[in-house]
Amino acid sequence: MTTLNQADPSATNDVAPHEHGDHRMFGVATFLVADAMTFAGFFAAYLTFHAVNPLQPDAVYELELPLPILNTVLLLVSSATFHKAGQKLRLADNRACRQWLMVTAVLGLAFLVSQMVEYFTLPFGLTDNLYASTFYALTGFHGLHVTLGALMILIVWWQCRTPSGRVTAHNQFPLEAVELYWHFVDGIWVVLFLILYLL
Amino acid sequence: MTVSLPPQSEQHTPSLQPTGWLRYFSFSVDHKVIGLQYLVCGFLFYLIGGALAGAIRTELASPMSDFMPRDVYNQVLTLHGTVMIFLWIVPVVNGAFGNYLIPFYVGARDMAYPRLNAVAFWLIPPAGLLLISSYFITGAAQSGWTAYPPLSITTPASGQMIWILSVLLLGGSSIFGGINFIATVLKLRRPGLKLMQLPMYCWAMLGTSILVVLSTPVLAGTLILLSFDIVAHTGFFNPGLGGNVVVYQHLFWFYSHPAVYIMVLPAFGLVSEILPVHCRKPLFGYATMVYSIMAIVVLGLVVWAHHMFTSGTPPWMRLFFTIATAFIAVPTGIKFFNWLATLWGGRISLNSAVLFSCGFIVNFVLGGITGVALAQVPFDVHVHDTYFVVAHFHYIVYGGTVFVIFASIYHWYPKVTGRMLNEPIGRLHFLLTFIGFNLCFAPQHWLGLNGMPRRVAEYDPQFAFINQISSVGALLMAISTLPFLWNVVASAFNGEIAGDNPWKALTPEWLTSSPPPVENWVGEAPLVEEPYGYGVPIDQIDLKATSGRDLWSSGK
Repeated sequence: MTTLNQADPSATNDVAPHEHGDHRMFGVATFLVADAMTFAGFFAAYLTFHAVNPLQPDAVYELELPLPILNTVLLLVSSATFHKAGQKLRLADNRACRQWLMVTAVLGLAFLVSQMVEYFTLPFGLTDNLYASTFYALTGFHGLHVTLGALMILIVWWQCRTPSGRVTAHNQFPLEAVELYWHFVDGIWVVLFLILYLL
Repeated sequence: MTVSLPPQSEQHTPSLQPTGWLRYFSFSVDHKVIGLQYLVCGFLFYLIGGALAGAIRTELASPMSDFMPRDVYNQVLTLHGTVMIFLWIVPVVNGAFGNYLIPFYVGARDMAYPRLNAVAFWLIPPAGLLLISSYFITGAAQSGWTAYPPLSITTPASGQMIWILSVLLLGGSSIFGGINFIATVLKLRRPGLKLMQLPMYCWAMLGTSILVVLSTPVLAGTLILLSFDIVAHTGFFNPGLGGNVVVYQHLFWFYSHPAVYIMVLPAFGLVSEILPVHCRKPLFGYATMVYSIMAIVVLGLVVWAHHMFTSGTPPWMRLFFTIATAFIAVPTGIKFFNWLATLWGGRISLNSAVLFSCGFIVNFVLGGITGVALAQVPFDVHVHDTYFVVAHFHYIVYGGTVFVIFASIYHWYPKVTGRMLNEPIGRLHFLLTFIGFNLCFAPQHWLGLNGMPRRVAEYDPQFAFINQISSVGALLMAISTLPFLWNVVASAFNGEIAGDNPWKALTPEWLTSSPPPVENWVGEAPLVEEPYGYGVPIDQIDLKATSGRDLWSSGK
């Protein structure tokens, strides 16, 4: 019986422990679970306010639908274009990959501009009432995520400019990590849109 | 700066890590170095938090506010709570022992994300210095470690904001650590090692890390909203502006009740490692231990509102959270009886590690019983925010977790340093700590039942005598640190040489040299399928010849 073999490399090991697989995507996914819980806390607060804190009679809190619908479309399309970019990278077509990445980044920035336009046209400000504060906190926190995501997309866009660069068909991790993050941010937006604008 | 080569493994590229004592001050990615960084850094904060506790007990030795001004008392109690929870217990019982032991237990050379690991540690010293410096710059936060609004909105803003920033940094550190532990336990196991063969501490850390990842972000979000209330004058938690303070309490306790399990579950795991070694018996009820840890994780997420029975909670909520909280007693009781059964009939060596573990079991049962009592609404409404709660809480986190931290230091010190601690001094340390702790906190049950509120600098003179007893206990606890410090420092230089496996233990960290080499093992990691396979007289164990199961059955 050699169950406790201290220095016997001939045992049942096919892979030595230091040659373990690549678990970086697992870490990204776990981090996104934590990030989702932050949003869950915000949503829970918003829904509780809705349930137990009625708006004051004189408070102004009205949302228009056209811009947020445009925003939803922008983000959903950007998820699809990011997926396209990933496909192209796997085919080692860096040029097409970069084009799709740029389209995604532009869509993300368009979302941010559209969000800004909405902010400036809304009839209420951050401290006007409870709902207004929660609206800006939630959309602002999400907008921060979109901003970071757009920056990361541009970084990946830069890093895969040559076939021998940092992001290639052989090292897709940076692109895959940002892609997962981007889909996550889009998913959060859909939930946010449903709760904040439609509920 | 010198470059160290991992011993005897030529296929590795050399890593740019300093060697010698310098590496403990560097951005080292070695999990053992990071574990010790957590431990020593946490212990320094423990001394600071202990000094703050001493100030509190000195103030409370007399009914009048004569030792320090009232607002300073509020700052001191806020800092004491925050330092002890976020800078001592959480980093040490998770970060220190988790980083040191988990890679050994799963048969890995390091954690899954070594650099993230170093980042997680190095967030702690700045956050701690930030927190403590706030006292000297503008005055620290005064609203307790719970930072309930509207109190936290109306007390001076700068101290409260520094407190929030510091806790956000520490929360980030905790989340990064949690991600790392989950990935290491689930993904980095040595080939052939099954989940149900892992030492119990791995399960405890897996459960703890799930709680960390699910609940800490909610606290972060809540504190961001609170900081908006303080800085931007929004009204999330400000009733004057249409907000709702109870929402803060819900969100806060959604983290802070699981935080109790984040502090105590790893301690459960560590005790489950220590007891079998020194009793020479297998851990009793391995599978039930695993299931009860996971049950505590699930239940721990749905009991938070039992902290809020006096916050106008509706009856259905009181009913639900009372029942859910009472349920937690079941898995916890299973673990308690498993430890007793592990001790039962064992060849117990009553050294310092076992004494502290047994002290833990005694204290934790007392704290657990008062916990079940506090979960009952009629009783909780009576003693809410009294010293009864203070006593209960300290029986869990000090009598429970800190006792286990000391037990673990006595148990793993030979592995970390290669030298034994002085046993008589260790027993003296245990005696002083156990007597001091119980003298300090047992009388506080009486104080609470008789109506002394917590967090006050002045109280009714009828409570003076009992408070003085409690303060004497605190003094004993402070004195008990001295033999420990002397022991730890002196033994590092003059202690008896321990050898690789002084306890003749079977868990994997003992199957390498003391202290272990940079990548944990020379050659392959051992495959330990029976980490608790004890059962024959100590001198008859042949570690190389038999499997754990053989040892256990031949002992009958």
